[in-house]
Amino acid sequence: MKIKAVVQNNVASVKMLIPHPMETGRRKEQNGAIVPAHFITEITATCGGDTVFRAELGPGVSKDPYLSFQFNGAKAGQMLKVTWVDSKGGSGTSEVAMTAM
Amino acid sequence: MGISRRDFCKTVAGSAASVAVLAMMPGNLMAKWSDKAFNASELDAAIAAKYGSLPIVDSTSIEIKAPEIAENGAFVPVTVSTTIPGVTNFSIFTPANFSPLVASFDVLPRMKPEVSLRMRMAKTANVVVIAQAGGKLYRAVREVKVTIGGCGG
Repeated sequence: MKIKAVVQNNVASVKMLIPHPMETGRRKEQNGAIVPAHFITEITATCGGDTVFRAELGPGVSKDPYLSFQFNGAKAGQMLKVTWVDSKGGSGTSEVAMTAM
Repeated sequence: MGISRRDFCKTVAGSAASVAVLAMMPGNLMAKWSDKAFNASELDAAIAAKYGSLPIVDSTSIEIKAPEIAENGAFVPVTVSTTIPGVTNFSIFTPANFSPLVASFDVLPRMKPEVSLRMRMAKTANVVVIAQAGGKLYRAVREVKVTIGGCGG
């Protein structure tokens, strides 16, 4: 997972890219077999004890989801933690230090 | 007589819950994920499953940035923002997909009501954004023309 979090005037701009197949459950292999659904269902981000972002995703989100959002009350050097969960019970967590603009 | 009204209601609610759980198999059992809304195959049903039957009004305070023409429906860049006061949640839908609800966002106290993502669109259709503030729903719509569909065939 790639996360970039930049702080300017106490506002953090977060961009993230999560490598994930995001299979819809509709795609077929060349031999006609259906690839089972496998997609991220939930992403949360926390900073300084607060949840600052929460998203629910469905199979309509593109492969390797890219998301960006902003939140306030942020300081450079603080840690931002992003966690995702997928439809097969898989999960991932990544933590980055936010940087000054 | 056999069944009291209370027992009957409990039984019905119980079986409805187990059907819902079965319907999302082999998905996970996360309580919070809006399974019914994501599993709905019609736009109106997905909106109702997510937000209930609240009245919806069109709003100019929701902005949807998306390309007029998307060459590749597998990656349609969309940015949604709103200036509606007190907004607590907003969701992106499109009737182009078998699962019209694409993604849903909680607007938490520290978060700005603006999100960008890339979504799939199987064909030319509207991108519909519903935002909830208080007991009201607000809607904005924007059409995206898709030249190559994005759902794997």
